[in-house]
Amino acid sequence: MSDAQQLALREKQEVSGKDEKTVPGRFYVPATDIYETDDALTVVMEIPGVDRQHVNVSLENSTLRIEARIDPANYEGMEPLYTEYGVGNYARSFELSNKVDRDRISAEVADGVLTLTLPKVKETQPRSIPIG
Amino acid sequence: MAVFVDPFDVLLRLQQALDTYRTSDWLGGGPSGSGSFPPLNAFRKGDDFVLVAEIPGVDRANLDIQVKGNTVRIAGNKMPTYPEKIGLHRRERAFGRFDRALTVPIEIDADKVQASYRDGVLALLLPRAERDKPRKIALS
Repeated sequence: MSDAQQLALREKQEVSGKDEKTVPGRFYVPATDIYETDDALTVVMEIPGVDRQHVNVSLENSTLRIEARIDPANYEGMEPLYTEYGVGNYARSFELSNKVDRDRISAEVADGVLTLTLPKVKETQPRSIPIG
Repeated sequence: MAVFVDPFDVLLRLQQALDTYRTSDWLGGGPSGSGSFPPLNAFRKGDDFVLVAEIPGVDRANLDIQVKGNTVRIAGNKMPTYPEKIGLHRRERAFGRFDRALTVPIEIDADKVQASYRDGVLALLLPRAERDKPRKIALS
């Protein structure tokens, strides 16, 4: 990626479709990168404004679900004058394949970015076959 | 009837309030209007003003904030921290340089500007200059 690339503005995308909520308030789809290395899949998700305590990652059957809540109290006493983006909670889920080792999934949050590491099960890691 | 503060209602009210000011021209006359990165929200907090921007994934060392007169400049570099030799399956995050200057329609006390960066959110507190504050006129 070129260092000189200028960052363009992107509108936040709202959660829509079957994932509807029963609580008022808008949810946004966090921008996500997913990359794969030899031993793990890594999911990197942008959740600006969310404290690590308010990130909830759960795994049910093979669905990995991420919910991140912002704290509206940060906006107390603030009166908007001009706005270019909306704020809200984030939600997204992913279907995991069976090559992910579900017991060893780990997560960390830094500078508003959630990184989930999904290690692959041993059998699916590439091996070099020695020639006998 | 019991009265309680529901955090979800607080969020909904905030979202509705933010929507209302989507078309506000508070910053409209400045040298850089909307359309550049990072998107900003401007708030009034008492006498002072607050600019908030979401820049997740930007290291604070790569962030450069300058204030001159009533112009604020937010520049930086958002770089991926991925290892080499990866297979990218999904790419939605954007990386690159950003540089945005905007002029706020108030006089700010440049010496007292405070910046905080937490959880990927940059907040600039722009205190209104003492001489710019409205004065109450007593009726004689």
